[in-house]
Amino acid sequence: MSTRPRKQIHLGAHFPGVNNTTVWSDPRSGSQIDFSSFEHLARRAEAAKLDFFFLAEGLRLREHKGRIHDLDVVGRPDTLPVLAALAAVTDRLGLAGTINTTFNEPWELAKQFATLDLLSEGRAAWNLVTSPDAFTGANFRRGGYLPYAERYARAAEVVEVARALWDSWDDDAVLADRITGDFLRPGAVRPVTHHGTYADVVGLFETPRGPQGHPVLFQAGDSADGREFAAATADVVFSAHSTFDAGRAFYEDVKGRLAAHGRSRDSLKILPATVVVLGDTPDEAAERAREIRLQQVSGPTAIAFLEQVWGRDLEGYDPEGPLPDVEPDTENVSITRGRVRHAKDPAAVAAAWREQAEANGWSIRELVIQVTSRGGFVGTPEQVADDIDRHVQEDASDGFILVPHLTPGGLDEVFDRVIPLLQERGSFRAEYEGTTLREHLGLARPGAASAAEDEPAAELVG
Amino acid sequence: MPDTAPARTVHLGVDLTDAGAHPAAWRTTGSQAQRLFDAKRLVELVATAQRGLLDLVTLDDAFTLRPGRTGTVRGRLDAALVASRLAPRSGGVGLVPTVTTTHTEPFHVSKAIATIDHVSAGRAGWQVGWSTTPAEAAAFGRKAAQDEPDAVAEADEAVEVVTRLWDSWEDDAEIRDVATGRFVDREKLHYVDHEGIRFAVKGPSITPRPPQGQPPVVVRADSPASFDLAARRADVVRVRAATRDEAVALRAQVRDAAADAGRDPDALRVLVDAYVVVGDTRASAQARLDLLEDLEGVSWDTDSLTHVGTARDLAVTVEEWTSAGAADGFLLRPSSLSTDLDAVVDGVVPLLQGAGLFRTAYPGTTLRDTLGLPHPANRYAAIA
Repeated sequence: MSTRPRKQIHLGAHFPGVNNTTVWSDPRSGSQIDFSSFEHLARRAEAAKLDFFFLAEGLRLREHKGRIHDLDVVGRPDTLPVLAALAAVTDRLGLAGTINTTFNEPWELAKQFATLDLLSEGRAAWNLVTSPDAFTGANFRRGGYLPYAERYARAAEVVEVARALWDSWDDDAVLADRITGDFLRPGAVRPVTHHGTYADVVGLFETPRGPQGHPVLFQAGDSADGREFAAATADVVFSAHSTFDAGRAFYEDVKGRLAAHGRSRDSLKILPATVVVLGDTPDEAAERAREIRLQQVSGPTAIAFLEQVWGRDLEGYDPEGPLPDVEPDTENVSITRGRVRHAKDPAAVAAAWREQAEANGWSIRELVIQVTSRGGFVGTPEQVADDIDRHVQEDASDGFILVPHLTPGGLDEVFDRVIPLLQERGSFRAEYEGTTLREHLGLARPGAASAAEDEPAAELVG
Repeated sequence: MPDTAPARTVHLGVDLTDAGAHPAAWRTTGSQAQRLFDAKRLVELVATAQRGLLDLVTLDDAFTLRPGRTGTVRGRLDAALVASRLAPRSGGVGLVPTVTTTHTEPFHVSKAIATIDHVSAGRAGWQVGWSTTPAEAAAFGRKAAQDEPDAVAEADEAVEVVTRLWDSWEDDAEIRDVATGRFVDREKLHYVDHEGIRFAVKGPSITPRPPQGQPPVVVRADSPASFDLAARRADVVRVRAATRDEAVALRAQVRDAAADAGRDPDALRVLVDAYVVVGDTRASAQARLDLLEDLEGVSWDTDSLTHVGTARDLAVTVEEWTSAGAADGFLLRPSSLSTDLDAVVDGVVPLLQGAGLFRTAYPGTTLRDTLGLPHPANRYAAIA
């Protein structure tokens, strides 16, 4: 048995996204747009003492076979205004938003996140993503300008500039001294000059430094470049590796990269996305998980999924029947746009799936249910609490981002039945101890790059 | 026969930028200058505006720190995010941030304002901004500073793209048809396919049509280029006029230009920027202005209607200007937010209500309702 202190679990609540994890056909499914849905999830997450609320983003509606994909949820509000509004109805919950670095300029991003951090009194987080595709670029004046291989180089530079802008204001820059008439402390706001490859920025930043110094930075990349970027730059990794063994391997790999960047293992939190399905008995939980999978993978959704691999129209096939006997069209690589095509070698994938389906007697729909299974925690509240705790205590993760399948109440049961068990065993906070998201996550607050470097006397003057 | 036409009523907005319109406002007692970037201060100001049933609040914005002495307020929050932060804790009053078009993407502007409209259940507006300063151009480093006609021309194109994106979802696009497995009717989602001089934007928006359909567009018409933009694009036109005659002429000009652009002049609301210092007596109002001017060291040059006096005097001015056809309303610029906003709400508003010139309740729930603007048809539905 380990002698180290019990690790504290960190948990986020993911607002249901625009993909087929989100079940919109259920009678309990509410609006994806009304603020009341966002408020419900955020208030419930805060009552359960979660670390943060999480919003995804996509800057172009997905397309399939040249038309807007209409089988999943379509449409969402703008990330940062939703988080700013949630700051009004919550007090402690972290507010994490996904924002693309490719189609935003560092100056505006820095200003928006500094504002969110001030408006929320220190609860802002930025999930940094890159999207270099021309498909998304068609909505923006620069178009698809960024080569795929350069996406992390640009992202790194955007972060570098944003941090320089946040640090250009001292924490105590606002004096507001009515007697002397000094609104800002002289010298407390310094110009930023950055002439780089992807950003050319000079000026005096407009927005004061937020309570956290820098908003918490999330990053989700899984490639070697992505992992290295996370180790160098991120505070939290939003990981896809939620199973125990894959989680441990990923955790060890990424945490092992930190020392080279002069960082401690605790300075980066690894939080896989996961789903939870509960039941009063293990059988009941499994049955509910099965029902949810059937809702998530409708017949038309199964066919559309197969079309992504086959690269051709399969509408004539019965989703409850056997897999198509035609071969994939290996030339047509863009049947689905706005998300990653799943198969690198469609012919091999098709062959493997046919074999699997025949061996198990699976229909198209059943095969898709099987191959898109995301695992997750399925069981009684006690089993799920045990499992989550084991993942964290044995370094498969530092916690999880919980992804519900229903809007807005999909996590209510987890909050009511699993969180109290984690609290009882001392693995999850019963009350917030700090006020900022950095404090919730146990992350250090970055100091300002003070004027002391340039002006040694400044520190003495105080 | 009594006149059965509805009484002419006035529209009132208030600008909540900084500590007030006077540069020295932050140095006065009770200015709350230490809380300038505190959301709760803004929540309180909006609650006051709402108590006075004001049409809307405006919030200015800029990207770079204004050059200036340490003696003035410096630093701004992102106005759109402030407006969204204010939305859940308010009702009735419209929320109108400035969002600039020179260095931002119309796609982002469109979904930001649409989202504030969703969060506020139909109370968002957009004050169109543009930037001509070399400082802001250097902050983005993507292009040189633009002169005003060029920046306004770009804003004009951005308004076209933004308003198209707001229409890119029809109101009933979301169908949730379980039988066919379709969440949306994609026939009711529209590519805007804008191929303009400065932008090419495909669409549709990622955000469904805002509750108001088209959140009101506010344009400050204080130059020939912006006057033209306002006449063609604005629902609310802000003008600057120091005298009533000047305002009468300006409003007629705006309405004529709108008519020339093929618009119904009655669909525009022309608001005069009105700087106000309100006191219990004329002498006390003047004494407050004297103090501000002493602190600032220069006289207050506003270049538009400036009222220094009692609430009653201000109510009389509002009535006189309105009945003369000088304005559809006023965009109030309190010299000090912490003092003058309460004076307007508790002093001026009741007098205007008593005279039948101002509403006694919000007429509906949306900013368009308050401004008396109809729910606009969707341009894409019309041609479908």
